[in-house]
Amino acid sequence: MMHNLTIAEQIKGLKNREFSSLELTQHYLNRIDDSKLNAFISVTSEQAITQAKMADSILAKGNASSLTGIPYAHKDIFCTKGIKTSAGSKMLDSFISPYDATLTEKLNYQNMVMLGKTNMDEFAMGSSNENSYYGPVKNPWDTKKVPGGSSGGSAAAVASRISPFATGTDTGGSIRQPASLCGITGLKPTYGRISRYGMIAYASSLDQAGPMTRTAEDSAIILNVMAGFDTKDSTSANKSVPDYTQNLSKSMKGLKIGLPKEYFSEGLDKGVEKVVMKAISDYETMGAEVIEVSLPNSIHAIPAYYIVAPCECSSNLSRFDGVRYGYRCDDPKDLNDLYLRSRSEGFGDEVKRRIMIGAYALSAGYYDAYYLKAQKVRKLVSEDFKKVFKEVDVVMGPVSPSAAFDLGSVKDPVSMYLADIYTLSVNLAGLPGMSIPAGFSDNLPVGLQLIGNHWSEELLLNAAHQFQLKTDWHNSSPVD
Amino acid sequence: MTWETVIGLEIHSQLKTKSKIFSGASTAFGAKANTQACAVDLGYPGVLPVLNQEAIKMALKFGLSVNATINQNSIFARKNYFYPDLPKGYQISQFEIPIVGNGVIDITLENGENKRVGITRAHLEEDAGKSIHDMYDEYTAIDLNRAGTPLLEIVSEPDMRSAKEAVAYAKKIHALVQYIEICDGNMQEGSFRCDANVSVRKYGDELGTRAELKNINSFKFLEKAINLEVERQIDILEEGGSVVQETRLYDSVNNETRSMRSKEEANDYRYFPDPDLLPVAVSDELLLEIKKSLPELPTEKKLRFTDKLGLSAYDAEILTSQKKVADYFEALINKGADAKLSANWVMGELSAALNKNQVEINNSPIPSDELFVLISRITDNTISGKIAKDVFKLMWEGNGSVDDIIEKQGLKQLTDSSALEPIIDDIISNNLDQVKQFKDGNSKLLGFFVGQVMKATQGKANPKQVNQLLNEKLS
Repeated sequence: MMHNLTIAEQIKGLKNREFSSLELTQHYLNRIDDSKLNAFISVTSEQAITQAKMADSILAKGNASSLTGIPYAHKDIFCTKGIKTSAGSKMLDSFISPYDATLTEKLNYQNMVMLGKTNMDEFAMGSSNENSYYGPVKNPWDTKKVPGGSSGGSAAAVASRISPFATGTDTGGSIRQPASLCGITGLKPTYGRISRYGMIAYASSLDQAGPMTRTAEDSAIILNVMAGFDTKDSTSANKSVPDYTQNLSKSMKGLKIGLPKEYFSEGLDKGVEKVVMKAISDYETMGAEVIEVSLPNSIHAIPAYYIVAPCECSSNLSRFDGVRYGYRCDDPKDLNDLYLRSRSEGFGDEVKRRIMIGAYALSAGYYDAYYLKAQKVRKLVSEDFKKVFKEVDVVMGPVSPSAAFDLGSVKDPVSMYLADIYTLSVNLAGLPGMSIPAGFSDNLPVGLQLIGNHWSEELLLNAAHQFQLKTDWHNSSPVD
Repeated sequence: MTWETVIGLEIHSQLKTKSKIFSGASTAFGAKANTQACAVDLGYPGVLPVLNQEAIKMALKFGLSVNATINQNSIFARKNYFYPDLPKGYQISQFEIPIVGNGVIDITLENGENKRVGITRAHLEEDAGKSIHDMYDEYTAIDLNRAGTPLLEIVSEPDMRSAKEAVAYAKKIHALVQYIEICDGNMQEGSFRCDANVSVRKYGDELGTRAELKNINSFKFLEKAINLEVERQIDILEEGGSVVQETRLYDSVNNETRSMRSKEEANDYRYFPDPDLLPVAVSDELLLEIKKSLPELPTEKKLRFTDKLGLSAYDAEILTSQKKVADYFEALINKGADAKLSANWVMGELSAALNKNQVEINNSPIPSDELFVLISRITDNTISGKIAKDVFKLMWEGNGSVDDIIEKQGLKQLTDSSALEPIIDDIISNNLDQVKQFKDGNSKLLGFFVGQVMKATQGKANPKQVNQLLNEKLS
């Protein structure tokens, strides 16, 4: 079946005329139609078919780029010209973007085929996809469970093979955690690797886009087109992009793996720990060396993140005021009423909670105690990693303390925040991180997290690919 | 009881970059509403600011012109508040580390003395759009063309002690930003706006509570608004009350200031560094390049006008107070016109005509090369200074070039003695009484005879020559 093929295999299939982009696209559109996971907010069938036909004509002429005609799902946080871009919010339910995000442009330039826009926690705030205005996404391995968040729709779409890959964004774990909970490969690159222009901002200093794929090889193929400097994003790095597929086959012999003791303390589910430790011993068999390291400030990453991110979001989300676009309340009686009701009615609870936390932390008299202190902690977290990367090449550990949990089971927001403990530090330090399928606990997938030094995506992809050559977890499928 | 007035100014100077400070949209004034606002200016979801390097260069030019400290790593911050013409819900500005730090500027007071005014800082920021309240009955219209226009906010120390000093300082900054070509200085279009922080105190006391005056768009209004505010505060204090810290709006129609918002109602702007922009790094090379590119500044120019051209300090001050005036004057000098005569013409006839017709000197209907010809015709004795004024009027009205007018109207000075002598003889024979009195010692009557000759020649006679001939004939 076409949907079980990896992107690498689909590229060959298209090139050898085993199937057309239109057939491939139609196949996925049918699967999306049949899917009950609520992974998509919008399915753009008509445009997809047009793009597929276009791709086929380019393929026929023989001047196609390698990804021409490959379908994908786009997280609904990326602006797509002429197409609804909701960020999972009622606030933007009526918003048709007048422009394309840089990432959208890049994928269009490859003549790829967008199947639709995936479901997500509202404005990327959440770890379970339950904060979407469009309802939660279901985990394809067990539809009573959450898929993780905020890129839950993207993770579920790739895992259930209704899209060959999907884009995601990761501010505090939003690519890696759903990748782990859905059993796929998710990469959050170094901050600045992929342009943020046209990606609706949650927390600007932490947000980073990345590919969500089934395999590390696919991840490398997609990162090749996603990465690169963008003059429209001052925080994107003016740094050349290597061919990420070139170094996948390097041996793991002599690779130094650091295991932070703080990532294996109480709170980590025993089943998850078992899977992670097994994966690490697999690396040892491949010739890697495992060293215990310490990231003493990782415990402070949670409070620091939950100050910095809300502060930035409280300001980033001020533009949603009911004046120019998006949701506007009925019959505002004056300006204040327009603001109050448009924002109260347009935003969900978690978004409002974070805006309030952020506005409070930035207020006169509190700024030093919260925002500045959080920035200092952020620096300490970075320095922990800097020290560790003098000793080891890559840090490994769990992605999430547990496998997927039941929909509706975590009611207290703080408990939800605490589950981000293993992913937040990476964003605070701007490092690349990855989640790869490493096994199962109670029949639910568990990911292994790989964390590298800045700009070490090649090494992470190499290590992930070597693991996938030795194991078969990435090929396990919740569907036929 | 005598009160001391203390004034500090915040001047918003619109930088004349072609595009906006964080987007590629045009900054041109007067376009159809909302046609010069792109997705970035409109604050669309996902858009990001990219700093216009020209704005940095202009800020540096200013900083170097006032001998200020330059912060080679300045930070953009977000100033958060809600307003319909502020699309993002925050203004990108500079807060803790502005690009320009402490500087100084010297102003000339009415009595001719110099005074040094401290500049606290100058920072870059984006302008907001415009809310138009009088277009519809029930709605406020918003024009976002101005949103994202670069501003340099120049903050002075509270160093001014009267409305006149504040105006002198504002004019000096106004001249400077035009000299260094970073602002067009157009106050009508809002390119140069002043807010005044005004307080009063008893001599020797600590600073009093200040009120901030906004919405002042001319130097005349600046003076009026400050004087009104000083009176208001003194009245309050003398009646035993206390001044409230607040923002007050100047209403030029009713000539009054009105409370806009008090300190309690003021926004908490929740400033924090903008995570979308990197710190602005200014290299030593860039600083040097800017330093080299700076034109002659007004103070230097003034010194040159007095020392090299021999103008009085007063004339030099007026001629250098605006770059376009200085440019016009220097164009005359560069062609070889007499400095003092040129100064008199620029400050006299030309200024009067420009003012009367409300024309800027750079748009003068009499360009500098025409005025040069006119001045030359005085110095080469073709016409007298008095006739030149008539020629000037005709030129202003568009009656052709200097020489054409002189020719057509027959205004050429009579310098031929054989033509003058019969006229003088006539006058002598028709005024024998006066001749007698003159000869009896009433020398003042020479003026009478000169006047008669000038009258008879319609002013065309050379006064010097007439004097000489009269003296000969009457002795």
